[in-house]
Amino acid sequence: MEAGLSTKLFVKGNEAVAMASVEAGCRYYFGYPITPQSDIPEYLSRELPRLGGEFIQAESEIGAINMLLGASATGVRCMTSSSGPGISLKQEGISYMAGSELPGVIVDIMRQGPGLGGIDASQADYWQATRGGGHGGYRIIVLAPASVQEMYDLTMLAFDLSDIYRIPAMVLADSVIGQMKESLVANPRPVATLPAKDWAVRGRGEGQLQQVVKSLKLGDGEMEAHHWKMHARYQELADAECRWEELQTDDATLIVTAFGSVARIARTAVAMARAEGMQVGLLRPITLFPFPSKAYADLSTRCKRFLDIELSTGQMVDDVRLSVARDTEVDFYGRPPGAGSLPTPEELFEQIAKNYRR
Amino acid sequence: MKQVFSRPESLKDIQTHFCPGCHHGSVHRLAAEAMDEFGVRGETIGVASVGCSVFLYGYFDVDVIEAPHGRAPAVATGAKRARPDRIVFSYQGDGDLAAIGTAEIIHAANRGEDITVIFVNNTTYGMTGGQMAPTTMVGQKTSTSPYGRDHSKDGYPIRMAELLAQLEGVGFSARVAVNSPKNVMQAKKLMKTAFRYQVEKKGFAFIEVLAACPTNWGMNPLAANQRVGDEMVPYFPLGVYRNTANL
Amino acid sequence: MPHIVIDEARCKGCGLCTIACPKKLVALSDSPNSMGFTVAVFSDASQCTGCTLCAEMCPDVAITVFK
Repeated sequence: MEAGLSTKLFVKGNEAVAMASVEAGCRYYFGYPITPQSDIPEYLSRELPRLGGEFIQAESEIGAINMLLGASATGVRCMTSSSGPGISLKQEGISYMAGSELPGVIVDIMRQGPGLGGIDASQADYWQATRGGGHGGYRIIVLAPASVQEMYDLTMLAFDLSDIYRIPAMVLADSVIGQMKESLVANPRPVATLPAKDWAVRGRGEGQLQQVVKSLKLGDGEMEAHHWKMHARYQELADAECRWEELQTDDATLIVTAFGSVARIARTAVAMARAEGMQVGLLRPITLFPFPSKAYADLSTRCKRFLDIELSTGQMVDDVRLSVARDTEVDFYGRPPGAGSLPTPEELFEQIAKNYRR
Repeated sequence: MKQVFSRPESLKDIQTHFCPGCHHGSVHRLAAEAMDEFGVRGETIGVASVGCSVFLYGYFDVDVIEAPHGRAPAVATGAKRARPDRIVFSYQGDGDLAAIGTAEIIHAANRGEDITVIFVNNTTYGMTGGQMAPTTMVGQKTSTSPYGRDHSKDGYPIRMAELLAQLEGVGFSARVAVNSPKNVMQAKKLMKTAFRYQVEKKGFAFIEVLAACPTNWGMNPLAANQRVGDEMVPYFPLGVYRNTANL
Repeated sequence: MPHIVIDEARCKGCGLCTIACPKKLVALSDSPNSMGFTVAVFSDASQCTGCTLCAEMCPDVAITVFK
């Protein structure tokens, strides 16, 4: 990107993801068309060939995630993107990548489900994203942007975290964030200290040791050791990489918590409540895995009432309840995904007011 | 006195886990000889599949990526696109390539990916215990076709070498066998061609090898070897089905 | 004189070499190796031509040929 620090662009969230991947040095993209994320492959099919990179429209999302696996194994930065049904297909490859400790960025612009569902905004893939999604017991890094700017910034962060921890990273948004146009300051890639990819498969060369990228672990104790190693790495992630945003939580007696698109609506509703003199704050997790549990635990020592709002019947609320102090009340308001189910600020204000006065 | 036959350098000097009379060992050796021939051991990336071929990394002295079941052509695609100066090959069995991985092989071939695919057709799922494969012969009894493969329910065995030869993206497609010295010599020659295609950047190369699985066929090694010629070759004819660069 | 050396430890006794030798100089023995396989043995070296066909057929690369 030629854009300087002060240059403001007006782009879609999905385009911001694609632009950020290029800025992050990703030159390999593999994907398959699915609404509402197709702007990402469309953008990259245009830009990557100009940059000496590779864009492949794969035969399926299964093909795409396995191309990602193959490219990542050779040590390059690479990305795929999809939505609900396609992300389900990718779970096989994500599990293999997790088992093989391969980095790689997967963008999930959530749509409704189960099944074909629909293309409106949804947060019902929170569990799928944050619990691993595929077989075998693993976690991936999950970042939840709530603006076009964050689509850009967090995509770049996803590449860095994925490389540093050798865990696949997911950017989890929905059609509200992906399809919305907003101003963007396309900052240059932040400087990060990244480890050498000395594990990569590049052809062993003469006199070099053979490199193998694999998830088959048949040696006595090998699989168990892998699980404990990854368990420790997830803990390291939790200790060092949790990110969240707090708004007017200092004096709050009710904390509203939400991520992604709904957090934007909740922010307006919180402002409406403040205008009515209610001491209400907002806690927005930015990393969903690692989940910022400590932020919830700390706030719940002084604020005993939380209201969790999601575009589902309640998924993140599980993590909120596991994080807060035992005597904290956690209420939930949800709109399961579907056409016309996006709540209005007034609707959320009503919920805030009801919980606040209770 | 000169040593006129020895182990290729690209093949590690260790005992394989293959059963007595299993042809995988022969196919491994022929592939390793081809890598030696072109001097590409140090720049080769192998893509292992799921099945008896999964231990590729244990036997070939090259870098290896392990792919999920059937996905080796997609993994190889990613690796080759990222490292176009490397030699990338996949090694897959019939369940892996011709059943669960059909989409991946067809589309890698159709894109004309500059990779070499080695396909071992032994008419059964070896690693999982001899279940019916897409290449199982009509009437062949397996652990999931106990009354014999019935084409009215299970279809007919798939001829992959011919099928892929129909695709414009394919440079080379051939079928060989390793059941006799004569066939081994032909297989050796065409295995080298399959690698030469990639070395000379002539496009996608596919080589199918008819192979014996004595254990799951319930035969002794010699009888299993005999079956390859008697039953498989008539249905899966040996030959070169596509050779666009005339290598 | 042309001859072959069979690596007993690697031989799995499949017998594919025995059908390859045009002069029938390789046969399966009754003696098991450390893995329990009854291994192939080479006899009558005077007739061996060093044609390598036995080695080409061996799936376990257990035969080395000298000529």
